[in-house]
Amino acid sequence: MENQDQVLLSIDHMKKSFGDLEVIRDFSLHVKKGEVVSIIGPSGSGKSTILRCATMLEWMDDGSLSYLGEYAAKSENGKSVYQPKSELKKLHRHFGLVFQNFNLFPHYSVLKNVCEPQMLTGGADKETAEKNARSLLARLGLAEKADAYPFQLSGGQQQRVSIARALALSPDILFFDEPTSALDPELTGEVLKVIRSLADEHMTMVIVTHEMQFAKELSDRIIFMEKGVVAAEGTPEEVFSSDNARVREFIGAIGAG
Amino acid sequence: MNIQTMLLQLGGGMMVTVEIFVLTLLFSLPLGLLVSFGRMSKNGIVRTISKVYISIMRGTPLMLQLLVVYFGPYYLFGMKISAGYRMTAVIIGFVLNYAAYFAEIYRAGIESIPVGQYEAAKVLGYSQAQTFFRIIFPQVVKRVLPPVTNEVITLVKDTSLAFALAVAEMFTMAKQVASAQTTVMPLMVAGLFYYIFNLLVAFVMESIEKKLAYYR
Ligand SMILES: Nc1ncnc2c1ncn2[C@@H]1O[C@H](COP(=O)(O)OP(=O)(O)OP(=O)(O)O)[C@@H](O)[C@H]1O
Ligand SMILES: [Mg+2]
Repeated sequence: MENQDQVLLSIDHMKKSFGDLEVIRDFSLHVKKGEVVSIIGPSGSGKSTILRCATMLEWMDDGSLSYLGEYAAKSENGKSVYQPKSELKKLHRHFGLVFQNFNLFPHYSVLKNVCEPQMLTGGADKETAEKNARSLLARLGLAEKADAYPFQLSGGQQQRVSIARALALSPDILFFDEPTSALDPELTGEVLKVIRSLADEHMTMVIVTHEMQFAKELSDRIIFMEKGVVAAEGTPEEVFSSDNARVREFIGAIGAG
Repeated sequence: MNIQTMLLQLGGGMMVTVEIFVLTLLFSLPLGLLVSFGRMSKNGIVRTISKVYISIMRGTPLMLQLLVVYFGPYYLFGMKISAGYRMTAVIIGFVLNYAAYFAEIYRAGIESIPVGQYEAAKVLGYSQAQTFFRIIFPQVVKRVLPPVTNEVITLVKDTSLAFALAVAEMFTMAKQVASAQTTVMPLMVAGLFYYIFNLLVAFVMESIEKKLAYYR
């Protein structure tokens, strides 16, 4: 069961509209343990919506979603039917999400940001939570910042804290929605470095990013989204040498072809 | 009448004023939160009721509301009004009125919290109650402190409206003593009292604000 081929995340035929706007038209994604998948594509193509549906911040209209074979929603008669809330809540422990603009809790110290979720939802006692938090913070180069408040940190440091906060719950899979887009260029490096180190430790990740070079180096698989559908998919080599005109144009425009 | 007896009488009034002030805040601050929930409810009926309630409370004079609360039970239901009901009516009137103002302040505060805070908490597995009481509400408190301070300062002065129901609070007493003794001295003492009371309020609110200044 616990082998490298275990499928952690399955999304099948996801559809999602906002009013009349069809944002995701038919999207499937299977992520195996230890895999790093990047999702790229133009603005408005539905990348965030995929992550928001996967993390249940939005409800799919149709399609199924499961973590480690446990279903959050199944497609029945063209509609997603979700499990009861209590069941969905249990699935939360399988994933974490890192937001573009961090969403740290401003009234909590760095340490409390990382500790409280462990205690409230991870069932850890205070001592364990704090020990875990401190070792994570140290690993991400934030040992001295434990008692600081988010507003006292740079964007790059805040994003690293938010990664620590997500990791503290030991998720099976971690989603990133443009983790460096809100950062000054000189700060993106430190966050990318952290994500790279997670990849080295075989953390399973799905990353929405505009950092083409980074995606190319890091990913096992790249998905190119356009207008709610997958326009190209494959290894970085395959996608970056794709003869799909739109893909070439996009990669060229971003400047990392 | 010497100064001592005058101060003694006014002192009784002061206690009543402080009582109205404390009881009003004690009940209207939490009630306001409930009303703000009603105002933001997904249920259209609850939302409308809260909206109408707020608009009436803010749109009519507090003195009139006090009279309605006091005489209402007699005119509407023929109930006998006991003398002891005066003070109760004053408290009910003030609480209902101030809850409406606090509700709107809370609502603005709650709506100003970025949606990302709710989303982060949800993904981390916080329940709705945990999200509200641990993440949202503490941030709301900080944001609503300045407008709440304004209301509290107004309340100190508004307590004098209780004279409409002949409750012997500070202002009522001052007026009584002043006309009996034909001197403005008691009114000046009353003015000084309200002023010092509000200096105190401002001081307390400022220290709370300072305490919450540890984050942004
Ligand atoms: N809550 C919503 N209500 C209405 N429309 C929405 C909502 N969320 C997203 N959309 C629309 O859905 C489309 C896809 O949005 P999404 O955020 O998934 O794109 P994206 O690929 O992440 O883009 P970006 O690169 O700019 O972040 C957009 O047209 C957007 O305006
Ligand atoms: Mg997006």
